[in-house]
Amino acid sequence: MAADTETISYREAVRLALQEALRSDSRVFLMGEDVGHYGGCYAVSKGLLDEFGEQRVRDTPLSESGFVGAGVGAALGGMRPIVEVMTVNFSLLALDQIVNNAATIRHMSGGQFSVPLVIRMATGAGKQLAAQHSHSLECWYAHVPGLKVLAPATIADARYMLALALEDPDPVVIFEHVMLYNELAPPPVESDRLPMDKATLRRSGNDLTLITYGGSLPKVLQAAEQLSQSGIDAEVLDLRCLRPLDTTAIVASVARTHRVVIIDEGWRTGSLAGEISAIIMEQAFWELDAPVVRVCSKEVPIPYPEHLEQAVLPQPEDIVNAAKQLAGLA
Amino acid sequence: MTQPDKPHINRSHLIKLLQEMIRIRRFEERCAELYTQQKIRGFLHLYIGEEAIAVGCNQALEPEDALLCTYREHGHALARGLSMAAVMAEMYGKQSGCSGGRGGSMHLFDNSKRFYGGNAIVAGGLPLAVGLALADKMQQRNRITACFFGEGAAAEGEFHESLNLAALWKLPVLFICENNLYAMGTALSLSESEQDIYRKAEGYKIPSLAVDGMNVVAVEEAARNACTSIRTAGGPFFLECRTYRFRAHSMFDSQLYRDKAEIETWREKGPIVQLTNWLRDYHQLQDPELAEIEQVVEDEVEAAVVTAENADFEKVATLTRDVYTGGSS
Ligand SMILES: Cc1ncc(C[n+]2csc(CCOP(=O)(O)OP(=O)(O)O)c2C)c(N)n1
Repeated sequence: MAADTETISYREAVRLALQEALRSDSRVFLMGEDVGHYGGCYAVSKGLLDEFGEQRVRDTPLSESGFVGAGVGAALGGMRPIVEVMTVNFSLLALDQIVNNAATIRHMSGGQFSVPLVIRMATGAGKQLAAQHSHSLECWYAHVPGLKVLAPATIADARYMLALALEDPDPVVIFEHVMLYNELAPPPVESDRLPMDKATLRRSGNDLTLITYGGSLPKVLQAAEQLSQSGIDAEVLDLRCLRPLDTTAIVASVARTHRVVIIDEGWRTGSLAGEISAIIMEQAFWELDAPVVRVCSKEVPIPYPEHLEQAVLPQPEDIVNAAKQLAGLA
Repeated sequence: MTQPDKPHINRSHLIKLLQEMIRIRRFEERCAELYTQQKIRGFLHLYIGEEAIAVGCNQALEPEDALLCTYREHGHALARGLSMAAVMAEMYGKQSGCSGGRGGSMHLFDNSKRFYGGNAIVAGGLPLAVGLALADKMQQRNRITACFFGEGAAAEGEFHESLNLAALWKLPVLFICENNLYAMGTALSLSESEQDIYRKAEGYKIPSLAVDGMNVVAVEEAARNACTSIRTAGGPFFLECRTYRFRAHSMFDSQLYRDKAEIETWREKGPIVQLTNWLRDYHQLQDPELAEIEQVVEDEVEAAVVTAENADFEKVATLTRDVYTGGSS
């Protein structure tokens, strides 16, 4: 099919972004477990070792704390490292370096040092990888002042957000949801490049707002489509940047639709959805026609069997039902 | 007084070792098929080529000893005596699985066998092993905690922290490094400045040894000596078993990082071929006997598949059970 040749995958979009970064700035290098000879645990960096060599596409030992910390040091030393951590679950071994070093050094040193480091990691469930490979902990990082946190949900964002992160003088954590890697879209063009820290409407609507980010976006768009068939015109706001949150865009959308459902693959308790809900309560309380509704993951470690894993995650039907209830149609 | 335990190299014991290795091999070969049929999902890490380590080490362990393993733990589970039906059902995610279906291939558990899991965080099991051994020591129980991990784990901080603690506190931990030369696609030479992993233990004053992990008798002997050392001297022991993984890291791996020829060379040294040939050379194994072993194993594997096929999935209604002890969240 001719159409096939005119699409690229999310995975390819990230690879193009990495390639562009490595080509355009000699200070940039990629390091992480299996980014080189193996080709990346999600095949994102396949081929980059051949083009850029072992100095700039560095396979690291299994030492998350060590190589993320080395990334912080290299950034301090004038490089522009892109550190890949295989999944957010494994990033917990490097949490110390990210939270206690990367995020603090600028402030702690009285503004003397910046840490221009980019950390990429996969996140999220859907591949039946059970409870040590599937969690969505974006919220933990979004909690931390000193970090910026991105969640590219589209192929265009996968293609362009990395460069924006590299331009930023401070540490940026990028979350790539595992279920997005095989998504396809026409190759993005320069005009698809949005500012790094602004939310964007993926669909406009009048009746209610669905706020989401990352891997949940395709499900939310699907739900919005179903809702339109029931006569509910839903707006979809993609947060894109989880820290700082684009409060203006959130409030503006609430002011238009007056009803909100937040969809978040994180666990509900202490979630980003909770934070957004609080922001709306603080800044747009009088715009609301009904309480904010949250659709989050069930509060269990992710189980292995497909039916249980899917039961944990926000599904399009859950979103549709929540929205219908909110619109008074259920 | 403390003579090291001699391995039982009589014929029936060797046949038993062979049968156990074949049992693991055939089970996993069947799992690979079931994976392509999408009966087993998620990650599946096969132990094929490394069976001598789980089987050899288990000979030295007592029922009251504890085991901790990685995501590549089907062989250890079977060697430890978890029922094949329960392990297969777990691979299917069925409720009758050894972890109730919740864990899958990477998270096999069995309390009754003191089998503390497949852990899918590299080096994640080592600190737990230290803690289990500490509990034994504090409660004056003379037990060993055996902890299996790949050589990739040696790069993690948890590895070093655990070795130090175990040595410092003289804890009865048997550290077993399954050195198959690759951590996913990263060759040992690309990841370690000291590639004799057992020598790292020396830095912590832990007695250590490297052994041919393809030779089940050598592994058994080394494990018995290690256990004797732990039970008598009290402190930990570190055993590096040199081996090779014949298959891909997981079912998602296209193996760009190594040659087919390299795999073939290692296959010739495989633990099952090696022992079979040895037994044959010494006229200790006739074809009919081998065929019978294969038949017994095949029947067991097929029965496990049937049981797993027929078992039930957990109902979604109980999804939040066991987040906390004694109830749901
Ligand atoms: C902390 C952590 N980092 C990364 C991974 C991803 N990963 C899973 S297995 C593996 C290779 C481990 O190699 P090794 O310890 O040698 O064991 P083997 O798989 O060869 O048995 C990697 C990188 C992980 N599971 N946990």
